[in-house]
Amino acid sequence: MNVSKKEVEHVTTLARLALTEEEKTLYTEQFNVILEYIHRLNELKLDDIEPTTHVQQLKNVLREDQARNSEKELLKKVLEEAPDKEKGYFLVPPVIE
Amino acid sequence: MELYEMTAYEAATALQKKEVTSLDLTESVLKRISEVEDIIKGFITVFDNEKVLLQAQNIDKLLAEGKEMSPLAGIPMALKDNMCTRGVPTTCASKILKEYRPPYDAHVAEKLQEAGTILVGKANMDEFAMGSSTENSSFYHTRNPWDISRVPGGSSGGSASLVAADEIFFSLGSDTGGSVRQPASLCGVVGLKPTYGLISRYGLIAFASSLDQIGPLTKDVRDCALVLDIIAGNDPRDSTSVPREKEKYAGYLGREVRGFKIGLPREYFEEGIEEPVRKVVMEAMAHCGQLGVEVEEVSMPNTLYALPCYYLVATAEASSNLARYDGIQYGFRAPEEDNLIALYRKTRNQGFGPEVKRRIMLGTYALSSGYYDAYYLKALKVRTLIRQDFERVFQDYDLIVTPTSPTTAFVRGEKINNPLTMYLSDIFTITANLAGVPAISIPCGLAGGLPVGLQVIGRPFDEGRMLQFCFTLEKLLGFKGLKPSIPAKGVLRDAS
Repeated sequence: MNVSKKEVEHVTTLARLALTEEEKTLYTEQFNVILEYIHRLNELKLDDIEPTTHVQQLKNVLREDQARNSEKELLKKVLEEAPDKEKGYFLVPPVIE
Repeated sequence: MELYEMTAYEAATALQKKEVTSLDLTESVLKRISEVEDIIKGFITVFDNEKVLLQAQNIDKLLAEGKEMSPLAGIPMALKDNMCTRGVPTTCASKILKEYRPPYDAHVAEKLQEAGTILVGKANMDEFAMGSSTENSSFYHTRNPWDISRVPGGSSGGSASLVAADEIFFSLGSDTGGSVRQPASLCGVVGLKPTYGLISRYGLIAFASSLDQIGPLTKDVRDCALVLDIIAGNDPRDSTSVPREKEKYAGYLGREVRGFKIGLPREYFEEGIEEPVRKVVMEAMAHCGQLGVEVEEVSMPNTLYALPCYYLVATAEASSNLARYDGIQYGFRAPEEDNLIALYRKTRNQGFGPEVKRRIMLGTYALSSGYYDAYYLKALKVRTLIRQDFERVFQDYDLIVTPTSPTTAFVRGEKINNPLTMYLSDIFTITANLAGVPAISIPCGLAGGLPVGLQVIGRPFDEGRMLQFCFTLEKLLGFKGLKPSIPAKGVLRDAS
């Protein structure tokens, strides 16, 4: 199963990246080498095997829904990290024309 | 002997006996940093010296007042730069977080602060902890103190090299597929990846959440136990942190190991391993006879499939975790006025380095419509087989021993252009992450003048007995006391 440059382009869109033509060519080549190695997994019979999503047996770790860390100072600090902001809001380019 | 050459335990003991002060110890490491850091480049940030010294003086004052503090109070240390520290840069060695100052502290940073340790700086790493050589840092490469033309391993390469170069008494790293143990092996220090869930990951910037664990990098096994005593324990802010009674790991040191049964899985001694590495590990294990420890060959047949399984699970999780970097709430934003999607794409393209992009793409591909069953689901099933390999062996054996890495430290530039070759560097460490079991690397000798690491893997939450065995074995190995000799600044030819 080979990956084409077109598929790599599609993945780039899904992943919200924008690669140059050179990068696309390089990643297509490297993808194929890596995927060929990954195809080792096809040697295994896996029909009756349960998937492991997590190694722990913990389930539904719940806590009371209480407001914490809501002090103004912290909100100010969080917003200080924003690349662009105005009047206590994050500023973004127009989403709807 | 310079103070910075001591282990954390030796330094802490001298401190408690009032032979030295925390100020002396801190001045000593700062002096060492000023001498060798230009060559090693293990730090991304070293904090303002005056402020660091002030912290040390505060601890001295508290100790003089007789305040009860942890055994490591007053000891200078460093954190990998993917652990949040309130108000000070936490970059993940990425351009996308270059200016980021977290509004909160990671759980481990809080714990170490409460314990009275002195945070001196933040250590270099592969960007977002993706890599095995620290060559993926977007700032600069870190050098291996044993041979500065070689890599320190990765992704916690800064954390490991700083400890090996005596620039710091201990550090923390994070381990998703071997990122604490492999650099520990390549730099000749001790590195532990605890059981999944033993240490809270609150404030650790996520790479692959079902695999990530924080762990100590130290000069010897005792220091490892002492650091673990401080940072292990339940934290409700990390829902994967396991509620269980806190153990005292230092209490295991020095206990009898007679009667332990150890399995050597043959698959770890066959594929891809350099002969001198195999030889040094086997020679180390030959000491087990005199300790009354039984060693037998075992088989873990699915080992061969761990690496492809890992590169699907880890990249899939990474592609999802790293979706948050979009240039809106924090971090770098590319200039773009008109279009939100274009803003995301430009920001991420300019903000992430090549390996991070490669992994995001691979993970996105593995999760994408039409490929989910063929890749991601298959990998999760293989993960079950790998877990079962461990469960089977641990029915009959207390511990498993393997080499940590198939090679000693490799030359910078040797593997960076071939991702798959680089990935193979983690072939012996990723199984423990996939199975969630604890694993530690201790230096067991030299091959060609470079350190070789021996990996001990235990049952879930059996860190105590792993440390007990390693502490006893360490005494027989004769690696302790060996130090790299770092060339003086002037002789540096290769300044890349």
